[in-house]
Amino acid sequence: MSKRIEVKDLNVYYGKFKAVEDVSLTIEPRTVTAFIGPSGCGKSTFLRTLNRMHEVIPGARVEGEVMIDGKNLYDADVDPVMVRRQVGMVFQRPNPFPTMSIADNVLAGVKLNNAKISKSDAEHLVEKSLKGANLWKEVKDRLNLPGSGLSGGQQQRLCIARAIAVSPEVILMDEPCSALDPISTLAIEDLIEELKAKYTIVIVTHNMQQASRVSDKTAFFNIAGTGEPGKLIEFDDTTTIFENPHVQATEDYISGRFG
Amino acid sequence: MSTEVERVTTSKRTLEPKVLWLTAAASFLVSLGVFVVLSMAGITSGFDIVATVLWSAFLYVALSYVMSRIVEGKRKATDRLVAGVVTSAFVIALLPLISLIYTTVADGLNRLDGTFFSSSMRNIVGEGGGGLHALIGTLEVTLAASIISIPIGIMTAIYLVEYGRGKLAQAVTFLIDVMTGIPSIVAGLFAFALFAIFFGPGIRFGIGGAVALSLLMIPVVVRSTEEMLKLVPNELREASYALGVPKWLTVVKVVLPTAIAGIITGVMIAISRIIGETAPLLIIAGLSTNMNYDLFNDRMTTLPVFVYTQYANPGRDAQAYLDRAWTGALVLILIVMALNIIARILAKVLAPKGQR
Ligand SMILES: Nc1ncnc2c1ncn2[C@@H]1O[C@H](COP(=O)(O)OP(=O)(O)OP(=O)(O)O)[C@@H](O)[C@H]1O
Ligand SMILES: [Mg+2]
Repeated sequence: MSKRIEVKDLNVYYGKFKAVEDVSLTIEPRTVTAFIGPSGCGKSTFLRTLNRMHEVIPGARVEGEVMIDGKNLYDADVDPVMVRRQVGMVFQRPNPFPTMSIADNVLAGVKLNNAKISKSDAEHLVEKSLKGANLWKEVKDRLNLPGSGLSGGQQQRLCIARAIAVSPEVILMDEPCSALDPISTLAIEDLIEELKAKYTIVIVTHNMQQASRVSDKTAFFNIAGTGEPGKLIEFDDTTTIFENPHVQATEDYISGRFG
Repeated sequence: MSTEVERVTTSKRTLEPKVLWLTAAASFLVSLGVFVVLSMAGITSGFDIVATVLWSAFLYVALSYVMSRIVEGKRKATDRLVAGVVTSAFVIALLPLISLIYTTVADGLNRLDGTFFSSSMRNIVGEGGGGLHALIGTLEVTLAASIISIPIGIMTAIYLVEYGRGKLAQAVTFLIDVMTGIPSIVAGLFAFALFAIFFGPGIRFGIGGAVALSLLMIPVVVRSTEEMLKLVPNELREASYALGVPKWLTVVKVVLPTAIAGIITGVMIAISRIIGETAPLLIIAGLSTNMNYDLFNDRMTTLPVFVYTQYANPGRDAQAYLDRAWTGALVLILIVMALNIIARILAKVLAPKGQR
């Protein structure tokens, strides 16, 4: 199910501004990869190129290749809409649809696409996805209430349930815990551990402990100065990055000497 | 009593609310007395309630400022002065509204009867008769104008917010701004000129009026819908895209439902704006005293035009005409009020729920 992502010589632009320069890396299936680095170094920007969400911003564009199982996402014949069904995304701030109930939020990927689904299939999908996001027990009695009535942590897990309901192969998470308390954070970290069995996961985080807890591989991005593009400095096993990084900048960042 | 003493002895003395209320009552009584005397002495023609309220507000603001200046000091006094001015401005703004509603209801009730709603002005030159033809005309012309304007307006707004980039969007925005400023009579002349090309000069029919009104309504719908769509957080659009939902479905199923309550309110304001238009309809929809259910044939009268003609061209019994005019105005106000209530209910029902 889950797939390998190979990024080759990727440059990412906002109009004339080059935000990320020359990134190449390979993400193996069924692993968790963490992106760390100082603010503004282009982690979110790079993450959003992996499901072509980058290009919804006016003037934004990409040079280079992102191969998922050998197929370049940026080929002319690839429909970005189809890419996003394969590569799901969870955002920094929980963003359930305010007009929809909890159940409808989970089914959003199906219903918004006008796909037909039988009532029993829908119920099954809701239960499976909510269980997958560790939220079922908390909300099973109020599936028809608005999703925006949940706590922040619950909303974020609802967004994860919504993302896995469309059965993607890759899930991208942009600082999914930054708006959450430590307990909700742990709940989501546990969830990531479980999801790893089925999905390829890429997570952006500012929390080093979190990166070291949940990820198999870590990519360190850095920026030379304002107005300069962000670059991939080091990409390796998480233990290597945290215990004996090869690049001085990585060590400085991890030990808190800057950033 | 001990608290009284304390307040007087400390330097931070304040005016009791009771004192302020007394001041307000006194100001009112004084101006009331003055105006009653003036009217009894025949200096003013009749008792003037508006002037009474205005003068009592003025007196109260002045008095409370002086008192506060003496008791509480400069800063507090300024505070009271500004609060007094703001409150008086509010009351003054409210006065004409209350007076207008009062007059319309009082004068309009005379003819708010079965005959008014069951007959036209055909063959009527004195008492009796009614405004059914005008009511039907208003409903049909307004409905037609709404059917034309609402889809065009909402789609234009969607284009501007969701799709429009660069020169074309700027041009459209500019044109909408210009359209907002078109005097209504010009819209009527435009519609008249337009239809005269096809049907010859002297053409008068309801749908022409609807077209003229659409010109006035579209910019209002575009503007209000645009504002509402801009309020929809971008995060919701991104959440939808990230689920592999195409842009047009995102607009239809995420953006519009989230903004629908505000859009409906805006549309209702636009309808209220055009339902009272008179000038363009005089030109292109014409005057008629007959029932006419057909938008596409013959002259059609609407309520504002009905009110205008009743007032401007009375027949044998002038009072009967005036009464009908007031009732027409009252019915118009009631329709606008009903529309507003419906809009509020719809907005409540459709608004996103459970937001904190
Ligand atoms: N929509 C945008 N338009 C133009 N420039 C942008 C946009 N979004 C981000 N940038 C710029 O791109 C660069 C990288 O931003 P990005 O959001 O990817 O950083 P980040 O590493 O995710 O930072 P953080 O850790 O604070 O989230 C920054 O210089 C930023 O100013
Ligand atoms: Mg970011």
